[in-house]
Amino acid sequence: MPSALASPAPAAPRRRSNWAPLEPVSLRARWLLGLGFFVVFVLVWAGFTLGGFVSPTFLASPVTMAQEAWLLFTEYGFHKDIGMTVWRVLGGFVLAAVIAVPLGIAMGAYKGVEAFFEPFVSFCRYLPASAFIPLLILWAGIGELQKVLVIFIGSFFQIVLMVAVIVGGARKDLVEAAYTLGASGRGIVRRVLIPGAAPEIAETLRLVLGWAWTYVIVAELIGSSSGIGHMITDSQALLNTGQIIFGIIVIGLIGLVSDFAFKALNRRLFVWSFFK
Amino acid sequence: MSQLSIQGVSRVFESSRGQRTQALLPVDFEVRDNDFVTILGPSGCGKSTLLRIVAGLDHPSTGRVLLDGQPVQGPGADRGMVFQSYTLFPWLTIEQNVRFGLRERGMSEAAQKERADFFIARVGLRGFEQHFPKQLSGGMQQRTAIARALANDPKILLLDEPFGALDNQTRVLMQELLLGIWEASRKTVLFVTHDIDEAIFMANRVAVFSARPGRIKTELAVDFPHPRHYTIKTSPEFMALKARLTEEIRAESMAAAEH
Repeated sequence: MPSALASPAPAAPRRRSNWAPLEPVSLRARWLLGLGFFVVFVLVWAGFTLGGFVSPTFLASPVTMAQEAWLLFTEYGFHKDIGMTVWRVLGGFVLAAVIAVPLGIAMGAYKGVEAFFEPFVSFCRYLPASAFIPLLILWAGIGELQKVLVIFIGSFFQIVLMVAVIVGGARKDLVEAAYTLGASGRGIVRRVLIPGAAPEIAETLRLVLGWAWTYVIVAELIGSSSGIGHMITDSQALLNTGQIIFGIIVIGLIGLVSDFAFKALNRRLFVWSFFK
Repeated sequence: MSQLSIQGVSRVFESSRGQRTQALLPVDFEVRDNDFVTILGPSGCGKSTLLRIVAGLDHPSTGRVLLDGQPVQGPGADRGMVFQSYTLFPWLTIEQNVRFGLRERGMSEAAQKERADFFIARVGLRGFEQHFPKQLSGGMQQRTAIARALANDPKILLLDEPFGALDNQTRVLMQELLLGIWEASRKTVLFVTHDIDEAIFMANRVAVFSARPGRIKTELAVDFPHPRHYTIKTSPEFMALKARLTEEIRAESMAAAEH
């Protein structure tokens, strides 16, 4: 507008709209938008099922699901299944992490160790954990060990490789600075490589824990007598889609909660890495 | 007796395809005890390579470096270094950074603390002990890096364009701070820079590097008495030295640009 150009005092810069690219939204708006989609999703789901567009045999309505959920907890002891599944995930994941993180650090720090293990670990990484289930049942039966091993196989190789890459990508100038301060080779690993890589390693563990959840359900679908995955297979036989959907939602919720907890823990442990 | 002796040190870099680049022609150079020497040269002339060889972070293709008569084999705490990039450990507080070398040496907690306190105060960062590096400005981070190197009590302090990434005003103040520390402690310093004012203001001797492949072209004594005040930068003597060095560097920069 020419008149605007001619005006003596320039107007305050117009606030860019929230929809401009990369423009941040407020915390409140983020929560509202995030919850909004959940509401929309449930509404669409309710519309289709309660409106009679889908046969209840194939898809239960939200109301049926809530009733089934109540039954699961009161009649069928579903909390025990949840406990079993969580235990298996944590067991396999912790076991994998305890061995994989030190090995990954050694590979990242020492190129000889990396040259020795890396090709084999890279190969194993692409072997799908679920494909091992029949073999693991042969070896370890259908007990707890088999489930934990599935999680272990699924997590271990991923953690090793990612940790090795993180540690190997340490800032060269920090390593050199430590050397000029008199650090030994061991001192470099202990006091530069490990603390420098720790936040990223923690992030990697958070990511892999998320994947471990998908493996455990697969492990429980085959040859299992407890756990969320077992409940889902049982419900499939009974055509109880309400229970199946609730089982899936529970997995999602636990995954979300553990992810949040992990994130919060990382923020507490590695305050320094969040300074910009 | 000279403390640091650089004898016929040259460096050839070889790329993976076998291409050879001569970064440094054989250099002979001596730094006496308690001296403050600056190495001045255009960028890419190999002066940082020479400093890295002295630090033990790089190895010479020919020649050797002696410190107090002992050949340099690798990096060590007897040669403290301050880098151009910010190399404080981001996961350690300012105090922990300054204590890094002391802890590595196995010094007692109390002694570490005392030394760290002294050097943190020396670079004017009292009150910032518990801050993390990223919470501080670039100038403050480099001051911490100087304190960290000094706390280790090295025989010689090596500085590789430590103020190169700072704004002009901060850089000038940092030069005065470093000069003040030198005047008080007379710690031997070898300082690499491409800034002529900086090279003259702090040094007792300036070594001018040629364009790549680097060699020492001229050496110049700087005889201003200590303690020096920043006002000497506008004195006719300073100007005359600066004019001379400007000519020297200009010729080299043009040679470098033609490559």
